[in-house]
Amino acid sequence: MPLYLNEDQTMLRDSARDFIADTAPVSHMRKLRDDKDSTGFSRDLWKQFAEMGFTGILIDEAQGGLGLGHVEAGVVLEEIGRNLSPSPFLQTAVAAVEALKGTPHADRWFPGIIAGETVAALAIDEGAKFRASVAMKAERSGNGFKLTGTKQFVHHGHVADMLIVAARTSGSADDQDGVTLFAVPKDAAGMIATAERLTDASLAARITFEGVEVDADAVIGEVDAGRNPLDRLLRAGRAGAAAEMLGVGSGAMDMTVSYLKERKQFGSLIGSFQALQHRAGHLYSEMEVARAAVLKAQQLLDAGDERADAAVSVAKAMTGLATMLSVQEGIQMHGGIGMTDEYDIGFYMKRQRVLAELFGDANYHADRLAQAAGY
Amino acid sequence: MTDIDQFRTETRAWLEANCPPEMREPMRSDKDTVWGGRDQSAMTPAQKQWMDAMGAKGWTVPDWPKEYGGGGLSPAETKALREEMAAIRARNPLSSFGISMLGPALLKYGTEEQKKEHLPKIARGEIRWCQGYSEPNAGSDLASLATSAEDMGDHFLVNGQKVWTSYADQADWIFCLVRTDKTNKHNGISFVLFDMATPGVSTKPILLISGYSPFCETFFDNVKVPKGNLVGTLNKGWDVAKYLLGHEREMISNMGLGGGGKNPLIDGAIATVGLDHDGRLADPLLRAKIAEFEVRSKAFAAQSERFIDELKAGRAHPAQPSMMKYYGTELNKSRYELVMATGGSDALEWESERSDGGHSARSWLRTKANSIEGGTSEVQLNIIAKRILELPGA
Ligand SMILES: Cc1cc2nc3c(=O)[nH]c(=O)nc-3n(C[C@H](O)[C@H](O)[C@H](O)COP(=O)(O)OP(=O)(O)OC[C@H]3O[C@@H](n4cnc5c(N)ncnc54)[C@H](O)[C@@H]3O)c2cc1C
Repeated sequence: MPLYLNEDQTMLRDSARDFIADTAPVSHMRKLRDDKDSTGFSRDLWKQFAEMGFTGILIDEAQGGLGLGHVEAGVVLEEIGRNLSPSPFLQTAVAAVEALKGTPHADRWFPGIIAGETVAALAIDEGAKFRASVAMKAERSGNGFKLTGTKQFVHHGHVADMLIVAARTSGSADDQDGVTLFAVPKDAAGMIATAERLTDASLAARITFEGVEVDADAVIGEVDAGRNPLDRLLRAGRAGAAAEMLGVGSGAMDMTVSYLKERKQFGSLIGSFQALQHRAGHLYSEMEVARAAVLKAQQLLDAGDERADAAVSVAKAMTGLATMLSVQEGIQMHGGIGMTDEYDIGFYMKRQRVLAELFGDANYHADRLAQAAGY
Repeated sequence: MTDIDQFRTETRAWLEANCPPEMREPMRSDKDTVWGGRDQSAMTPAQKQWMDAMGAKGWTVPDWPKEYGGGGLSPAETKALREEMAAIRARNPLSSFGISMLGPALLKYGTEEQKKEHLPKIARGEIRWCQGYSEPNAGSDLASLATSAEDMGDHFLVNGQKVWTSYADQADWIFCLVRTDKTNKHNGISFVLFDMATPGVSTKPILLISGYSPFCETFFDNVKVPKGNLVGTLNKGWDVAKYLLGHEREMISNMGLGGGGKNPLIDGAIATVGLDHDGRLADPLLRAKIAEFEVRSKAFAAQSERFIDELKAGRAHPAQPSMMKYYGTELNKSRYELVMATGGSDALEWESERSDGGHSARSWLRTKANSIEGGTSEVQLNIIAKRILELPGA
């Protein structure tokens, strides 16, 4: 398989590009922020995503979805990133769908997701930095489980229709085994979500579980073997976050390069100054390399290749490095206007920072590769 | 089974039967690669056997047309061949400026006669080529070159000096840029080929910081070059030169890839620095640097694959080789900084047997040329800025 988008994927990209730029450009996000919108995204827009078929992109055709892969999901995510569109797409249509795929939960949750009615949230982080450890407890109780503990950085957690929760059914926090994944409906009693607005204006919840009772059939996959669906979720989520970040970095770079072509100082366009040309050329190179890493990871994921996991870590780390450069150079090369709230470039820096932390930052993934290589 | 699967299966069997075990060992130095040429005495029997076997199938240049000594393979077959070679860690049978630089330029700009004359000899490693571009006063500003070629009716009379001519003292032929019109900078350059044994050609090796002297000053004193050796149009050699540079950059960028399999840096670091109780490298900052390098080098490997796929499909931006060259060479330099950092004092030995004649240090020093040869990093960034990002001229 050549490492570029095929014809169908290019067509999908073109339609996603037009659709998202029309319906959810940066001004859409700015308005939600200025209105202090308490949902954090537009339910109407989520419906429109459904009408485009995007919400079912990773769901099999037999179950009403488009039956496409991670390359295609990434194509949509890149446009979401480029336009800084607030959307539950990554958490719901990519990460949650991958976790639920092939389990009885698919029948229950997929129709709502496909229809653009259901939003899922991921309650997996327990500290301020993503770590693989899970301390939250799930004790057997009656014919089900009782969940106790706290989670944070749960995007859309305060409005989600269902949450995917990682909890410990045995062992201690850092053990691989003993983790179980649960699908928890939003009306479960004892769940207290406090939404906090993040630097990029998105909303993420801290959630306290005070003995939340769930049935045995809330378990995703097997008890004590939750790492399997969790790993699936994380692989998809990381590849998706990398694609979205790529969009953020590309969008910032495009803005910056355009600015270099219009801003005049000392009687010249600033883009004619070699000091800036070289930095722009370097940035371009980093972004190209990041783009290749993302596509490679997506293709390996779609092929079910065993090298996919490492490739996903490379993609998440590499986009973290490259897009950070992109947003930093973006602000610097815009000069004073780059520091204003009125101008969009600052939003790119904020969004990049959030996506960089999501599912493990560049250091985390570089460390993961190092451990796998035995050093 | 698809055609390509069948091709792969047959290729695997053929490689298994024809690639000598010595040619599956990692390369250690310049001497481990075959450069071909009239004087084949430097080759080991295994090197010669491997080059001849591959040459007979046209697989030293798998995607060139069969009529010119190539393998006539499709892009997909070429990719499969490369993958199968990588799987058994087979060395390239032949390293040659003929393959990576002149060949593509001749395929595009050469006459039928020139192609028939030169390409098969390149494919079979019979003639070794060198590149006469740079001059003492024409480096990055290559088009200011002064070596002159005077029209004498049936031949050109070439006079002048080249510099940094890699392996000029070992090459059989040179592809050379000469000035045929003094009044026109870019449109007064022509691209000619001639035999290094022609009277009036002399070379003088230059010693490098690595202690080797792989390149030369090259002097031309009334050298007679037949008119038929002009490639492309008179005074339009700059087009040929630039096209060839694109291929040179592509080749140099491959240095960033550092070969398949596990990164030898890691074993080297574990051996000298050691692991701590948690199984991590005992120098955490070095570990972090290696890990970040790993991320970039794996990502660059993907970019390299993407670039080749796009190139084969005719989708790559014509200036993209500049980006590949820039990134690949800077990456390779950082790899060798890590080689030195992980090697410690062992890596500093210069002549000892244990250090294989100072292999690490000499390689490290050699890589510093990567971002100079074939156009410096600064020149590549200029090209990216102007041609890809379309930033305004100064
Ligand atoms: C190992 C090696 C092998 C080589 N092999 C060959 C060969 O086989 N044949 C051949 O013809 N040549 C060969 N070269 C020569 C090579 O192509 C030149 O060295 C190269 O083009 C740079 O030219 P220069 O050395 O004159 O440096 P200069 O052009 O003098 O550059 C000096 C410095 O100024 C910078 N600079 C120059 N112009 C600009 C600009 N416009 N903007 C910003 N910075 C600029 C450069 O980047 C560099 O840092 C080889 C060089 C090396 C190191």
